[in-house]
Amino acid sequence: MGNLTINGLYQSFDRDDGTHLDVLNNLHLEVHDKEFVCILGASGCGKTTLLRLIAGLDQAKSGSIVLDGEEIGGPNPKVGFVFQEYSLFPWRNVIDNVAFGLEMRGVPKEERYATAKKYLDLVSLVQFSTSFPAELSGGMRQRVAVARALALDPVLLLMDEPFGALDAQTRNMLQKELLGIWEKTQKTIIFITHSVDEAVYLADRAIVLSPHAGRICREIPITLPRPRDRTSVEFAELRRDILDLISRT
Amino acid sequence: MTKILPKSHKNRWFGVLAIALCLVIWEIVAVAIVKYSFILPSPTDVFTAFVELVKNGTLILDFEESMVHFAVGMGAALLVGIPIGIFMGWSRKCDAFLNPIVELLRPIPPLAWIPFAIIWFGLTLWSAGFVIFIGSVFPIIINTYSGFRSVPRIYVEAGKMLGCTKSRDLIRHIAFPAALPSVASGIRIATGVAWMCLVAAELFGVSNYGLGKNLWQYYNLHRMDCVVVYMLILGLIGLLVDMLLRYYIDHHFLKWQTKEVA
Ligand SMILES: Nc1ncnc2c1ncn2[C@@H]1O[C@H](COP(=O)(O)OP(=O)(O)O)[C@@H](O)[C@H]1O
Ligand SMILES: [Mg+2]
Repeated sequence: MGNLTINGLYQSFDRDDGTHLDVLNNLHLEVHDKEFVCILGASGCGKTTLLRLIAGLDQAKSGSIVLDGEEIGGPNPKVGFVFQEYSLFPWRNVIDNVAFGLEMRGVPKEERYATAKKYLDLVSLVQFSTSFPAELSGGMRQRVAVARALALDPVLLLMDEPFGALDAQTRNMLQKELLGIWEKTQKTIIFITHSVDEAVYLADRAIVLSPHAGRICREIPITLPRPRDRTSVEFAELRRDILDLISRT
Repeated sequence: MTKILPKSHKNRWFGVLAIALCLVIWEIVAVAIVKYSFILPSPTDVFTAFVELVKNGTLILDFEESMVHFAVGMGAALLVGIPIGIFMGWSRKCDAFLNPIVELLRPIPPLAWIPFAIIWFGLTLWSAGFVIFIGSVFPIIINTYSGFRSVPRIYVEAGKMLGCTKSRDLIRHIAFPAALPSVASGIRIATGVAWMCLVAAELFGVSNYGLGKNLWQYYNLHRMDCVVVYMLILGLIGLLVDMLLRYYIDHHFLKWQTKEVA
C-alpha cells in the first residue's frame, strides 16, 4: 500500500530579521497507491520543504500527513528518499551503501548483500559493487541512491530533483530506467522537478505549486500511454499547455 | 597526487645530495676548524659512538623504555580525547559545558605540568606518560570536535531515512566515519607533540633508560658525540612515525575523498 493524504499543511520559517516566511499554506494533496506524481514549481516555491515534511525530516507548524492510516511523525522506513544533492556515504563502497538500511535493521551480512545485489541489478550497476562513490559519475551515484532507498522496500519513494544536476542525455536514460523500476516494484512515487518535460514524460499526474501562496495551483492528469514519445504531437501539446499554465500563475 | 610522484622521484636525488653535502661540510668544519669534539663532534665521531651504543645494548633498551612512555601517553590521550571530542562535537550542551574547561587548560604548555606529574605519579613511567598525555590530548580533542562539527547534514539525514535514528547509531555509523579523516590528522599532530614532550619528561629521571633520559645522561658525562646520536635517533623515529601515519591516512582516505566527476 502507499496512500498518502495531506491536509491543511502549513509551514513557515523564522527569518533572521524576525519576520516569518510562509512557505506552505493550507496545502491539500492526495496521492494514491502505485501512483507516479510529479511536483512542479519554480525554484524556492517550497518543493523541498514539502518533501522533507512528508519524509518526516521536519515537523510542520500545522496540518497532517497520513500514510496508509498512520500519521508521519518522523523518519519512517516505509518512506524512501532520494536527495537532490549526492548523498551516498563516501566511506562505504557501493554495495555497503545499498545495504546500509538493512544493516541498521540487523539483517545478516549474506542476506543483506543478496538483497543489495538485487537492487543494484535493478539499476544495472552490479559490476560496480566494490567501487567507492567518488569513483562514480553523477548519474551512477543517483542510481545507487535509488537502489539504496529501494533496498528497504518502502511503500512510498520521495525523489527531490534527483536528476537535476545531470546532462540531458543521462537524464533521459535515467528517466526511462526509473519508469521501468516503478513498473517492476509497484511503488508510489512523488518526484520533484522543475522540468515540465520530465514531468510529462514520467508522471500520472503533474502538480504545480504556486510560487507565492504556497499551495497547489493546478493538477494536470497525464494520460498519454507509456512508453511516451517526446517527439509526438500530444507530448508537445501537453508540455506547452503546462508551461502556459505555469507562466500565467 | 599519484601523478606528481614520478617527478619527485627524480628530484629525490637532490635531497640525498644535500644531505651528503652537509655531512662533508660538517666533517670538514669539525675536523679542520673547530678541532674539539666536545664543542662539535664530527660525523665520524658520531658514527663511532653509535656503534659503541649499539654494541653495549643501551640504545635498544632506551628505545623500548621510550616507546612504553609514548604508548602510555598516546593511549591515554586517545582513550580520553576521542570521546570528549565526540561529545563536544555532537551535542551543543556538552560543547557549552566542556569548551571553557578545554580552552582554559589547552594553552598551558605541557611541560608546565611536570611538577604535578612528579607529585602525583612519582618518578615512574606514569608521570612521563602523563606529560605526554597532556601534550597529545588537546590536538585529538580539537580535531575530533571539528570533524564532528563539519559532518555534512545530508549524510545524517540520509542515515535517518535509512532507519539509523538513535544518536548512538548515528555517531557510530555516520558521524564517526565522516569525521575520521579529521580525527586521523589530529592523531598525527598529537604524535608530533607527544614526541617533543617525551624528551622533556624523561629528563627528570623517571626511569633508568629512555632516549630522552640518556641524551641528558651523556651530556652530564660530556659525551657530546653520544648526545648527537640520541638527537638524530629521536629525529629519525619522529620522522618515521609521522611518515607511517601519513602513508596510512593518504592511502586509507584517498579512495573515498570526493573528487567531483560530472
Ligand atoms: N530551514 C530553513 N530555514 C529558513 N528558510 C528556509 C529553510 N528551508 C527553506 N527555506 C526557504 O523556504 C523557501 C522554499 O525552499 P525550498 O523548499 O527549498 O524550495 P524549492 O525546493 O522549491 O526550490 C525558500 O525561500 C527557502 O529560502
Ligand atoms: Mg529544492
